[in-house]
Amino acid sequence: MTLQILYFAWVREMTGMGEEKVDVPEDIDTVSDLISHLTTLSNGHAEAFANPARIRVAADQNFVELGAEIKGISEIAFFPPVTGG
Amino acid sequence: MIGRSLISVSVQTEDFDLAAQIEPLAKLGGGAVSNFIGYVRGEGGLIALELEHYPMMTEKALTRLAEEAADRWSLLGVSLVHRVGRLDIGAQIVLVATASRHRRDALDACAFLIDRLKTDAPFWKKEIFSDVEDKWVEQREADLAAKDLWD
Repeated sequence: MTLQILYFAWVREMTGMGEEKVDVPEDIDTVSDLISHLTTLSNGHAEAFANPARIRVAADQNFVELGAEIKGISEIAFFPPVTGG
Repeated sequence: MIGRSLISVSVQTEDFDLAAQIEPLAKLGGGAVSNFIGYVRGEGGLIALELEHYPMMTEKALTRLAEEAADRWSLLGVSLVHRVGRLDIGAQIVLVATASRHRRDALDACAFLIDRLKTDAPFWKKEIFSDVEDKWVEQREADLAAKDLWD
């Protein structure tokens, strides 16, 4: 499965990219599993996801928890807690 | 009142004009229009904010918030404007405006919308300083607490 992955704010700066397509191994079911996989892609990814508690997630543009399943999802975004307004 | 409320949402780099934003709400025939404007606060050597957002998601999240407010209060209209990009000290960042028949709905919905917008819409602020390194703003506990008061 190929997922469109987006990064924002300091997650984007640490990974060094705003978006990428990632081939996701079959055994990955949840956002948490996906994060573990992404940390293997580069040192920057490992740094960005070092503390998953600091990361927030949207699946197909809806906020989801780290335990959410990724089946049927095409776009996943990772970012810090939001600070608009 | 979903379906009967006029909802307008905009994410933009350009500045906005309060009077122009209020006008369509004032014409809806209610007796009350309330509004909140957030500005870039100059303190601690800050010279500007850089606002980033998630374009595919932002308008959807703002529309959802406006619909939730319209579901909860008796509103004739809601207007949300949020700016992105570089904003200097004193610049307008965000506008929440609500229209209703009587003041309480407009006032309460306006407070609800700015509280929830701070925790439920995908925007990120980076602080730009004159003499030290740029810094991403951290989410404030007080903002989470303010949001929870509406649950």
